[in-house]
Amino acid sequence: MGLPIAPFAAGLFGPDAVIMKGITGANWRLQDYLDRGGYSALKKILAEKIPPEQLIAELKKSALRGRGGAGFPTGLKWSFMPKGYAGAKYLVCNSDEGEPGTFKDRDIMRYNPHILIEGMAIGAYAMGIPVGYNYIHGEIWDVYERMEEALAEAGAAGYLGQKILGSDFSFELYNHHGWGAYICGEETALLESLEGKKGQPRFKPPFPASYGLYGKPTTINNTETFAAVPWIITNGADAFLGLGRPNNGGTKIFSVSGDVARPGNYEVKLGTPFAKLLEMAGGMRDGKKLKAVIPGGSSMPVLPADIMMATDMDYDSIAKAGSMLGSGAVIVMDETRCMVKCLLRLAYFYYEESCGQCTPCREGTGWLYRMIDRIEHGKGKAEDLDLLNNVADNIQGRTICALGDAAAMPVRAFIQHYRAEFQHHIDHKQCLVPDYI
Amino acid sequence: MNAPLALSPAALARIDQAVAKYPSDQKQSAVMAALTIAQDEKGWLSTAAMDFVAQYLGMPPIAVYEVASFYTMYDLKPIGKCKLAICTNLPCALQGATAAAAHLKQKLGIGFGETTADGAFTLKEAECLGACGDAPVVLVNNKRMACAMTADKLDKLIEEMK
Repeated sequence: MGLPIAPFAAGLFGPDAVIMKGITGANWRLQDYLDRGGYSALKKILAEKIPPEQLIAELKKSALRGRGGAGFPTGLKWSFMPKGYAGAKYLVCNSDEGEPGTFKDRDIMRYNPHILIEGMAIGAYAMGIPVGYNYIHGEIWDVYERMEEALAEAGAAGYLGQKILGSDFSFELYNHHGWGAYICGEETALLESLEGKKGQPRFKPPFPASYGLYGKPTTINNTETFAAVPWIITNGADAFLGLGRPNNGGTKIFSVSGDVARPGNYEVKLGTPFAKLLEMAGGMRDGKKLKAVIPGGSSMPVLPADIMMATDMDYDSIAKAGSMLGSGAVIVMDETRCMVKCLLRLAYFYYEESCGQCTPCREGTGWLYRMIDRIEHGKGKAEDLDLLNNVADNIQGRTICALGDAAAMPVRAFIQHYRAEFQHHIDHKQCLVPDYI
Repeated sequence: MNAPLALSPAALARIDQAVAKYPSDQKQSAVMAALTIAQDEKGWLSTAAMDFVAQYLGMPPIAVYEVASFYTMYDLKPIGKCKLAICTNLPCALQGATAAAAHLKQKLGIGFGETTADGAFTLKEAECLGACGDAPVVLVNNKRMACAMTADKLDKLIEEMK
């Protein structure tokens, strides 16, 4: 048991870190968390018997938005749960992090697991939910084991289970692991998977708040979303909002990967300039020039360097620049990269991960992949670029879940911003960048 | 249905622990854990192993097959003693995974989806393992994430797992 993690200097996640403040890789245990002031939000709520409505109002005011990708206001989501409902209700944490470029929830869970537990316990209290599940990406088994240890610690110390800290509030929390399916990061696919089925998304509506796990009212939030909650309760909604920008409250953990000197997670205030984030990640590797950035995970539109260098990292600014903040996965590409090759790898991912339920996605992702493959390998035809956009059009918005959109959006953006590169492959029947890069 | 195949008492105890996480009328929720435990013990999931899990959890065998064939980390055919899955997705590829994958193929003398002649290694191409910051990453036997895998570290890993 336990992870082979070499401790690192506190502050690795950035000077403005809130969720990851003081984290050294070695101080993940309950006592460490308590020493950092952990569980004080939960204690305060239970001691002062703060009304659930007041907590939800506070969250709404904080402008905390879902950190998993959709950016939906958390307080609003919590308010959708039926009040006074007599039957079972569930709270689910989506830790099935598998969007290429995204690796923040892994660090939260392995380095600061109790902040997630506290955040979920507060959510359970606010929505009157007795049972929760934390669905963890199957590929990070060591993190699953760490969360199991953390749950055992929290339960033994009375922060989970029956009559928490001597109050009337009870909440049982369990970990559940996936076993290799990107689609289970989609919330209704995740619920199907939790029920012991293939992870194929459900039609919405009904939304999980009315028909969720086992058909019962359910709220699903991302790991980082829950992890932000204790700070908001302790410090107040205004303070959290003040960390970010209006409608973009708080800090956000950005997973920076690709051609940077120090790939890793950096927690910054929403609204921090991209240039500053790039600097935190050590700048470009080997002093190369920035070419392109996917600012929110592989599903989001790519943006050229000049646009990114003028953009701030918050939901609204990135949307204005023509992409989305998504999960906060920042994939950086330098001047040596072939955009066709980059898109080809992403297209293969969506082709591989389509669950096969909806025809436009099941068939369309294969068409996209095969067409980009032939362009990359010098067999593209003049009409292929328009055809790619046409296929993307026929996937997007025509499927049950957003995987189809996620496959289509990168294609359109890569062609929009780097059409000349695609055209060059077609005209000259070759790629200028060798395969081994 | 094939003849039922029994798992060890220790494995059954672990499955029972998983079952206890879910409401008593929702034993099926433990199917992913049960299949993982069965695979850990048997090396791969034969039809007999899946049938056993179906019987144990009171599920129709077809429902278990559906789950086992949907999630990529279940092996429905015998594999090598050590399974190495390297992520080659874009963020990893930008951080050296393409070269690392080529090194593994050359060193083991096999391609993706193949097993070495001595049955020691199976090599797989993985999609996002959720650890891009530590690229190149190799998932060893489903449960151990080997990080920042340079050619040197890959050689040591192969030596260790032989």
